[in-house]
Amino acid sequence: MAGAIWCVVEDDRKGTPKKVMAEVLGEAVRLGGAIEAVWLTDKATDDGLQQLAAWGATKVWLLENAGLAPYRGETWVPPLAELAAKESPKAILAPVTSRMREFMARLAARLGVGLAADSVSLAMDGDKLVATRPVYAGKLLSKVTWAKQPWIATLRPNVFKPAEAQAGKTAQVERVSATIPAAQMKLVERREEAATGLPELTEAEIVISGGRGMKGPENYVILEEMGAVIGAAVGASRAAVDAGWRPHRFQIGQTGRTISPKLYLGFGVSGAIQHLAGMRTSKVIVAINKDPEAPIFKIADYGIVADLFEVVPELTKEFKRLLEK
Amino acid sequence: MKILVAIKQVPDTATQVKISSDPKAIDTAGITWIVSPYDEFAVEEALRIKEKRGQGEVVAVTLGPDRAKEALRSALAMGCDRAIHVNDPALAGADTLTTARALAAVVKQESPQLVLCGRQAIDDDAGAVGAQLAEVLGWPCASWIMEEAVDADAKNIRAGRQVEGGLEIFDIPLPAVLSAQKGLNEPRYPTLKGIMGAKKKEIKDVKAADLGLASTTPELSITALEALPARAPGRIIPGELKDAVKELVRSLREDAKAI
Repeated sequence: MAGAIWCVVEDDRKGTPKKVMAEVLGEAVRLGGAIEAVWLTDKATDDGLQQLAAWGATKVWLLENAGLAPYRGETWVPPLAELAAKESPKAILAPVTSRMREFMARLAARLGVGLAADSVSLAMDGDKLVATRPVYAGKLLSKVTWAKQPWIATLRPNVFKPAEAQAGKTAQVERVSATIPAAQMKLVERREEAATGLPELTEAEIVISGGRGMKGPENYVILEEMGAVIGAAVGASRAAVDAGWRPHRFQIGQTGRTISPKLYLGFGVSGAIQHLAGMRTSKVIVAINKDPEAPIFKIADYGIVADLFEVVPELTKEFKRLLEK
Repeated sequence: MKILVAIKQVPDTATQVKISSDPKAIDTAGITWIVSPYDEFAVEEALRIKEKRGQGEVVAVTLGPDRAKEALRSALAMGCDRAIHVNDPALAGADTLTTARALAAVVKQESPQLVLCGRQAIDDDAGAVGAQLAEVLGWPCASWIMEEAVDADAKNIRAGRQVEGGLEIFDIPLPAVLSAQKGLNEPRYPTLKGIMGAKKKEIKDVKAADLGLASTTPELSITALEALPARAPGRIIPGELKDAVKELVRSLREDAKAI
């Protein structure tokens, strides 16, 4: 079928594509056909372009313009919509990140096509693309399809198999001289959160979660210590967030973040429906809870019925020993 | 200042959602319906803006079947002045874009200076309607806002949107669309007086034809809902704590290859 699959590049705002792009490009390659990256940035780097090629892009449409930083829908949508109208890609894929979530929604509205947000699987059914996306915070899966092209979808991080980087591959770089509209929105300041040194919750491959059993905000330090050893993000249940122990941005569940890490470790988390909804697609689930009846044990791959305050130091020690080998 | 708040009625978070005999829909029997939690933050913020300014109007709007009127009553009980119910079977299969187009038509009729909505409805979980509404209207928007302040002459709003690793604070000329993230505020509970008063407030019923919608055919359609694949049964690791922890780490390394 005519038309390329476009992968819209999420970067670190310093000219390097984020690792999640390996997943988006890997999935595009698996679907087949011409795979092209589209990069809107104020500054691309040669290494970044090379990285996109190594992950499977045969062409990079580069929209490089100072007016594109910071991201604003009003400046990003018109040039990409214009390019899409000219080049007629059959699909446009992007990872779920704060700005891609909004950007792809606006782009779909501008192009008058459907958006499959937060997809966890893509498959061709004849000549149609079908996306699977969790709904009701992952209590059910919904299969969706589009009335027309381009099929626009955002892909949940940590779910799709990343492309293996292949050195020596090159991509044709096509610089697009688009007109960037003047922005009405003006950035006043960027307020950074105190750096925890741990990965971001939705991007992390390992997530540690502390629930009501943590007993208070002061105790999360032991989970952060474990996080530092195994490179995990530290989240919390709604009960812990509502108690004011952790800021909202750390909440896992239906009214917080939905996560699909390779490994989830829950400490003192009982497993309320709304928490399970936000983490049950994790590949491996470990639960530590004093209460053998805690619902989280029903979906856990491994469980230990014990006091988390005894388990955590011991487990951190064992992880350290394993990883120092 | 006139503010429009878009809300959606969704199943309560404690609901075990099941698929109905129609594989594209959920079984609604026995479901407790609530206003989507993020939309409550939007309602609360709109009311706070009005109260701070000492004047203005807050209009709640929803798209949904007859039962969705209850969600509008809740918003009215919290303090919204009146409500609009886009209630038309032709919109039953509306995707985010169709919904955004219908809401945009309401916005054009109402001409508010600000539209607030939740970051996502917790049923479809698409999180797209606010941004798509802004696009259809040609307005600026900020998603997942954690704080906002409208300036004195209601020409500009300063809003902080949540991004990875922090907040980005923008000055945005009005009119604009903002979507609320948890943490923006603590929604109020309706008072008894509010609940009684809500019964007298206007809820206007609107059909697709009243909005002049060219088409209600969705661009994205559900072909089927599926239950999640069942997880293989797990195991509780017994024994002395130290041994259990060792066995857990060994299993994670050697069996699950998760670390």
